[in-house]
Amino acid sequence: MKHRGIIFLLAGVLAALAIGWFVFPLALYRTEPQPIGFNHAVHTGEQNSMTCDMCHEFAEDGRFKGIPVVAKCAECHSTAIGTTDVEKRLVEEYITPGKEIPWMVYSRQPDNAYFSHATHVTRGKMPCEECHGPHGSSTTLPSFQVNRISGYSRDVWGRDISGIPSEPWQGMKMDRCVNCHADRNKVDGCVACHK
Amino acid sequence: MEQATEKKSRFGMLIDLDRCTGCGACMISCAVENNIAPAEQKATTRTGVTWIRVSAMSNGAEFPATDTVYVPMPCQQCEKDTPCVAVCPQNAVDVDPQTGIVGQVPQRCLGCRYCMTACPYHARYFDWWDPRWPEGMEQTLNPDVAPRMRGVAEKCNFCHGRLHAARTKAAAEGRTDIAPADYVPACVEACPAHAIVFGDLNDAESEVARGAAHPHSFRFLVKLGTESKVYYRSERAWVRDNADAFRLA
Repeated sequence: MKHRGIIFLLAGVLAALAIGWFVFPLALYRTEPQPIGFNHAVHTGEQNSMTCDMCHEFAEDGRFKGIPVVAKCAECHSTAIGTTDVEKRLVEEYITPGKEIPWMVYSRQPDNAYFSHATHVTRGKMPCEECHGPHGSSTTLPSFQVNRISGYSRDVWGRDISGIPSEPWQGMKMDRCVNCHADRNKVDGCVACHK
Repeated sequence: MEQATEKKSRFGMLIDLDRCTGCGACMISCAVENNIAPAEQKATTRTGVTWIRVSAMSNGAEFPATDTVYVPMPCQQCEKDTPCVAVCPQNAVDVDPQTGIVGQVPQRCLGCRYCMTACPYHARYFDWWDPRWPEGMEQTLNPDVAPRMRGVAEKCNFCHGRLHAARTKAAAEGRTDIAPADYVPACVEACPAHAIVFGDLNDAESEVARGAAHPHSFRFLVKLGTESKVYYRSERAWVRDNADAFRLA
């Protein structure tokens, strides 16, 4: 057959690509369950219409507190609201004993990255969705995938293994900070965002 | 989003050598603030890490004319032809255009130590060991400063973590400019003799800018033309005369 070499080559290339795109991510990331389920939509939806900053608060000196402590949950959930299993577990395992929920943080960055929510959200008036997408209206938590080598969440690289974001809020790498700052003619040195 | 217009600053320091008693409180407060681990047993003055080092200089005269001055030496934050920036093959050092602070990104550093050779002030240090804190002391680490690993160079950055905190505070209050009182490096705060003044050299009214203009103020090694931003001050002429060829005893 005349084209046998070409066919073998293409088949080999396709097989290698398939392994790279589909098998490698399975090997690179380990999926870990969050300690307990959480439904953002119930909190932010019509029934309760809470805003993000009601739980994800700022400290007095402007620092962002991130994921709320269990005492914050207890302000409403000191006793179970409703009869779901998750609610029962929340109260019994965490709120009553006063134990913090060991959440795994999708956006956790390396120690040397400095990011000020106050600068972007309070002064810059950026909506939370611009970086976090529709997370606030999700009904379940996405799976938490840990990079086996770096230990960081897959969401830092972006869900797409290609590194090209399918949605503008996908990925939290340095390029994303740099591109946005460059678009706004912000001229900074390294230590403006590194500590 | 509208363009954030931040005022351009040139942060600088003025150290009054006649006030300095050589107590070393600046070195300790610096280490605590910037997550510098206690020195290893084997560490020497050459291999230990202190972002600000106090050295003694003598006038060499016989008693009773003998006189000693203590010189605290942080990174001098050279503005022009910054020697460490010029030689770094990794682009791990840069002069921040907003603040004039010479920033070091240890994660980019490959540990060649060319910057240490280039620095005329010997203000750069190398991590010969991974940082280790005695058990329990890791609880005292400062979350605003990332610890460095073995094999990289590091130096004073005018307590940049405090600048970050001041910026966050200003932003939370809707301001673009930080309040000068919110950004004071640890050594300035700790000095019991109030020998160190810190502020914006661009602000002609600031204490540091006025002090730097005093005839008894000087900088070390001006002849190199690096336009450093750490000024010193002494009423003693022999101290000032040593500024361009200083030899530490």
